[in-house]
Amino acid sequence: MTATIDTTHDLSQPELQAAFYDLNEHDHPEGGSTMLGFWIYLMSDCLIFAMLFAAYGVLGGSLAAGPGPKDLFELPLVALNTAMLLFSSITYGFAMLAMEKGNKGGTQLWLLVTAVFGGAFLSIEMYEFYHLIHEGATPMRSGFLTAFFSLVGTHGLHVTFGMIWLFTLVVQIAQKGLIPANKRRLMCLSLFWHFLDVIWIGVFTFVYLMGML
Amino acid sequence: MATEAAVDHSHWSPLLGRLWLDAIPQEPIVLATFVVVVLGGIAMVGALTYFKLWSYLWKEWFTSVDHKKIGIMYMVLGLVMFLRGFADAVMMRIQQSMAFNGNEGYLNAHHYDQIFTAHGVIMIFFVAMPFVTGLMNYLVPLQIGARDVSFPFLNNFSFWMTTAGAVLVMMSLFIGEFAQTGWLAYPPLSNLAYSPWVGVDYYIWALQIAGVGTLLSGVNLICTIVKMRAPGMTMMRMPIFTWTSLCTNILIVAAFPVLTAVMTMLSVDRYLGFNFFSNDFGGSPMMYVNLIWIWGHPEVYILILPLFGVFSEVTSTFSGKRLFGYSSMVYATLVITILSYLVWLHHFFTMGSGASVNSFFGITTMVISIPTGAKLFNWLFTMYRGRIRYELPMMWTIAFMLTFTVGGMTGVLLAVPPADFVLHNSLFLIAHFHNVIIGGVLFGLFAAINFWWPKAFGFKLNQFWGKVSFWLWVPGFWVAFMPLYVLGLMGVTRRMRVFDDPSLQIWFIIAGIGAAMIAGGIGAMLVQFAVSIWKREELKEETGDPWNGRTLEWSTSSPPPEYNFAFTPIVHDIDAWEDMKRCGVQRPTSGFRPIHMPKGTGTGVILAALSTICGFAMIWYIWWLAAISFAGIIGYAIFHTFNYKRDYHIPVETVEATEAARTRQLAAAGA
Repeated sequence: MTATIDTTHDLSQPELQAAFYDLNEHDHPEGGSTMLGFWIYLMSDCLIFAMLFAAYGVLGGSLAAGPGPKDLFELPLVALNTAMLLFSSITYGFAMLAMEKGNKGGTQLWLLVTAVFGGAFLSIEMYEFYHLIHEGATPMRSGFLTAFFSLVGTHGLHVTFGMIWLFTLVVQIAQKGLIPANKRRLMCLSLFWHFLDVIWIGVFTFVYLMGML
Repeated sequence: MATEAAVDHSHWSPLLGRLWLDAIPQEPIVLATFVVVVLGGIAMVGALTYFKLWSYLWKEWFTSVDHKKIGIMYMVLGLVMFLRGFADAVMMRIQQSMAFNGNEGYLNAHHYDQIFTAHGVIMIFFVAMPFVTGLMNYLVPLQIGARDVSFPFLNNFSFWMTTAGAVLVMMSLFIGEFAQTGWLAYPPLSNLAYSPWVGVDYYIWALQIAGVGTLLSGVNLICTIVKMRAPGMTMMRMPIFTWTSLCTNILIVAAFPVLTAVMTMLSVDRYLGFNFFSNDFGGSPMMYVNLIWIWGHPEVYILILPLFGVFSEVTSTFSGKRLFGYSSMVYATLVITILSYLVWLHHFFTMGSGASVNSFFGITTMVISIPTGAKLFNWLFTMYRGRIRYELPMMWTIAFMLTFTVGGMTGVLLAVPPADFVLHNSLFLIAHFHNVIIGGVLFGLFAAINFWWPKAFGFKLNQFWGKVSFWLWVPGFWVAFMPLYVLGLMGVTRRMRVFDDPSLQIWFIIAGIGAAMIAGGIGAMLVQFAVSIWKREELKEETGDPWNGRTLEWSTSSPPPEYNFAFTPIVHDIDAWEDMKRCGVQRPTSGFRPIHMPKGTGTGVILAALSTICGFAMIWYIWWLAAISFAGIIGYAIFHTFNYKRDYHIPVETVEATEAARTRQLAAAGA
């Protein structure tokens, strides 16, 4: 259909018009680019984290005679925190399964369960930060602590925004139901939420586990 | 500097933060400018009110999600900021041509340092970026046969965020100060200890807010090009300008987050006392230099690639030939896109990374000249045996080829690390990057403006004033910047306010004469716009295809209707419109359908206004206002998501009436 038109054959004007113009065009479904666009946005967000990881890589050993990872990190607490975030990703998956079945109440319920795990994650992180600052390990103390708080804190801020978004969606699903626009939004938040999980695996591995080696 | 440092800016109040009467600059030059701007502003607001234009502007422009209007608004923003940035340039040229033999010139150090910083920041972020983004916004959907971009609201929001950044930079002229750090604000100079007042904070927040707009517009245009091409337009049938736009937007999405991250790091250092770039407590200022150039080098390709696209379109149109080596042009663009990430270290060979690292980056830098050279040969071979029409766009293209090539060659000289050790931070470098940015980006924009103006407004630009502008600009450029090469080779460093060696003065005077010629060129260009608008009936362009164009934007009317194309074109070849003309297709005049379009919204303006307030409050430490406006941004953004009705249909009667008018217009034009 879209091969080069051969002008040696005489095409009538209506034939030519049909070859060069979409005469029976229908409305394009809305949001056809949304998933691609959101995915590209996530990759750009990933670069911000890449920069923070790089900064941690450069500054991670700059203790300025202050406390280092081994003095500060408590792996059991971090393991619990990681579990909270991973559980929240599983429950978000359940919300998406409920959405696929058209189960509005189930979707909302699983979203709220996700929020509970997300809230637990943030609470544990805040407890950890409070504890560190209380011990004098503030971000102002050394290059290492600056990079640590910035990387982990940026991830925490992302989770916070994800929570605000999640509650907004619970309300919007209540108002409009599982219409295509809301399903698209749920898909985007799903990408976002799992993306933060992936980033956290990086944080857990490179910052906490390798810091304790 | 000494007198400025004596002013104590350290007081703070809960209500106004650091903002107090001492924020109004005391320098007569700034005060006089302030008065002129205020009077001009009042006159403009008065005129808009008197002629009752506010509601027209608000409904038809500010809240519009039409990519064509947003594109034009970007160009207007770029033009306004260009005049500001050029005023800074002229002030520097005058200062440097005076300040010899004990003469201090007319600018004190505090003021002069702000001027060279503002000049760089404005020219890159608020002139070149809006111009380039505006061009892509206007042209890409038309070239790919689409009716708008993928995310029309986001497009409007992006524009207003860019404008918000520009507003903050302009505010710094009259309230407080701008950074005195140079355009990339290296620490430790940009740390709180050495830049204690608001200058660097204005810099940070202007860039952060504008950066949001740039990033989102990058995402938007990538999606548009990937998802919304007309049927039949495979990747290898896309117009070259669309290809270079795609690569530019990929670069934007892959580079601007780095800037966001590094600006955030600098701001937590300044606001919270973190240690990313501090000298003590384990920070690393050298990390800042690395990170910012990981953004900064791709940035220069973000600026030039779309203009390479413009030159390709112009050369092939005005040579009356298909572009020579379409595929090699595409691959050259892709290679440049990739290589632009592998060269950032050449901006600081002198940091001392060692011979191996410097050699690697020196070689990658030189390698970039290969795909760029391939492009130049493609343009030359396109012209070879072509029937060349020396219209203004083609004249600018030829001026580009000559000027840019010289700039490219001095760039290869700078890529040699031992040579760079001598030339680093010298006026040779300044001459080099002006040679490629003016000779490449600006000349390209002038070619583009002369080429696509008739498409955007339905009348051609006046030729006479265009030629006056051309003949003042191009020689003016050479007179202004060749002396800087000479001075740089003699060892003069950049950003100097006064000089000891009187033998240098003649070169600065010659450069000043060049700047005056460029000023004449800019003036002639403004006259060209004014005369063309005045005589728009005589210059009217009825066919929609004034230059015998080759790509789809020329297949619709000038200016295009809101929906761009009544029927989506189907593409069978590179240069789709040329192909349609070759086959003798007539445009359909019946069987129209209602057209599905996005609705305008004021959300973009409101969110950007709140961001400006939030940025201003952060700059001045007005914490309560920052908190409220930030909550406002989040709240309003959420509120916006509750609006699900974002589209409408243009009724078939409207389409029929518009197309019937077009049929009459074409018949009258004899096309």
